[in-house]
Amino acid sequence: MAEVVVQVAPAWALLAALLTATVALGGAGLDGVLAARLGGRPARAGAATPITETARLLRQRRRTTLAADKPLWRIGVGGLGVVALLMVAVVPLGRWTLLDLPVGVVWFNAMDVMVWALVWLAGWGPNAVHSLVGGYRFLAQALAYELPLMFALTAPAVAAESLRLADVVAAQQGLWFVVWIPVAFGVYCLSVVGFSVWGPLAPAAAADIAGGVLSELSGPDRLLLLAGRYALLTAGAAFAVPMFLGGGAGPLLPGWAWVLIKTLLLVAALVAMRRRLPSLRPDRFVEVGWLVLLPAVLLQVLIVAVVAVMGG
Amino acid sequence: MTLESLLVVASALFGVGLYGALSQQVVVMVMMGLELMLNGVILAAAACWWFLAPDPTGQVLLLVVIAAMTVEMAMGFAVAIVLNRHAGTDMTDMAAELSR
Amino acid sequence: MLEAVVFWSLSTVAVAAGIAVFVVDSMARATYALAVSFVAVGLALLLVELDYVGLVTVLMMVMEMAVMAVYMIMFMGMNPALMPMSMVHAHRTAIVAGVGSFVLLSAGALLVPWPERRSQPVPDATVALGDALMGSKMLVMMMVSPVMLATIIAGVTLASARTRYDRLGDDLDRRTPDDPQRGGVGR
Repeated sequence: MAEVVVQVAPAWALLAALLTATVALGGAGLDGVLAARLGGRPARAGAATPITETARLLRQRRRTTLAADKPLWRIGVGGLGVVALLMVAVVPLGRWTLLDLPVGVVWFNAMDVMVWALVWLAGWGPNAVHSLVGGYRFLAQALAYELPLMFALTAPAVAAESLRLADVVAAQQGLWFVVWIPVAFGVYCLSVVGFSVWGPLAPAAAADIAGGVLSELSGPDRLLLLAGRYALLTAGAAFAVPMFLGGGAGPLLPGWAWVLIKTLLLVAALVAMRRRLPSLRPDRFVEVGWLVLLPAVLLQVLIVAVVAVMGG
Repeated sequence: MTLESLLVVASALFGVGLYGALSQQVVVMVMMGLELMLNGVILAAAACWWFLAPDPTGQVLLLVVIAAMTVEMAMGFAVAIVLNRHAGTDMTDMAAELSR
Repeated sequence: MLEAVVFWSLSTVAVAAGIAVFVVDSMARATYALAVSFVAVGLALLLVELDYVGLVTVLMMVMEMAVMAVYMIMFMGMNPALMPMSMVHAHRTAIVAGVGSFVLLSAGALLVPWPERRSQPVPDATVALGDALMGSKMLVMMMVSPVMLATIIAGVTLASARTRYDRLGDDLDRRTPDDPQRGGVGR
């Protein structure tokens, strides 16, 4: 029983931006709480960290470097938030969506490839060594997770026999995809962590290169990049909900409430990953990505395809 | 948005790409020119598909052109690396000799 | 009306970015100008209801340009500072060829009596494309796969400087390869 998804007017994009920002703020708050608990400080101070940091960075002076490539730098830094919003635009919030594309899955894939260009530009722009190293590290790591991510996105599309997100949600009426397509879900979560430059896959912003792409940023630019990371985590988690977690399905509450709840839970899980898992070096992760993740995801897609052909 | 306007835009892209492919000295810039030419070809093929015969099978040509672009890029970069390793240069003018 | 505005702005962006590739002062700017040109053409494909092909063009081309930027910097060794660079040969021939081909092709586009539209577009072009690739045009799919595989193998063979004898010893009997950096799965 497929629900009809209504495409709403573009002005509702403001609400989508507001919801994304709120969830991202929640994720940042959780990270602050975890950091404060680790450092022995009270949790309440940690929860206020995103707000205090935002206030501090908004007042801070912008750093300029010698012979920087300013337009490319600003595009790289500011583009992350824009890409996160474009990713969220295809996610159905219950019955409503901003963009009801017949190829919604490919749209998300195209947007996450934009992050490649943006993080590299953020590293190239300031004409500084550590930033450049961070940008190159991101490309090396992205080459490792991107192909497994593409196949992990194909698996639910094959199971639902459609690239449209509303059809993928409708195909999960009986059983959520996360139950019988777990490998794709695991690879997808790892890739979300990867393209958000977060946690175990954050060599581009690592402390051993003085912060990498963050090293020459200060003031509002730094705020944009840091907020962009949280926004990408939110967008990735929000996209996982229609793809793997059944969309708005759930008892008692309406569809849009369940989408928000599931997004919040997944964002919390991804944020908590940061301090639990060790950093994966890009040169070692490349072999893991191509020799372990890619065959696993291909086998998963084969199983899904066989089930789809036999069951359909 | 008529067939003629799309084809004129496509031929503009093709012309710019041809200029680049013929005039640039660096191998990678020549490849950029070739990419622009194929860009124009994709746009022209899409225009002809939509305005003349929007059969489903016509899109297959577009995928073939995209595959050709991929192959050209990959082999071009590999050859550029080999050229750099053997002749220490990245200019097409220095690649005129077969053996050094 | 809106469609015409969108189409003409995308076309202007595509051609202007294409010209910018050969005019700007920095390799990264040239690479990303080409990326902008491709994204504009991909979005223009969305206007003629080629959703899947348009998005795949955008996806592939942004990824390619990100990798191409790495190669550009590697070969030309430039830093982000802007410096005028104009390395051309046979400039006048190239300009004549470029402008001449544009004039010739546009004249053809404008003067040829194009036939009428032969069929109606189907409502879901992506499904139709999938059916065609797996059905009547299966030969294309079968041909593209080994071509891609051959490209991967040929590219790696050409590009890698160390052969398997360098990695595994003269008798190919070393248990772990002798690489400057060990990989993550211990190979």
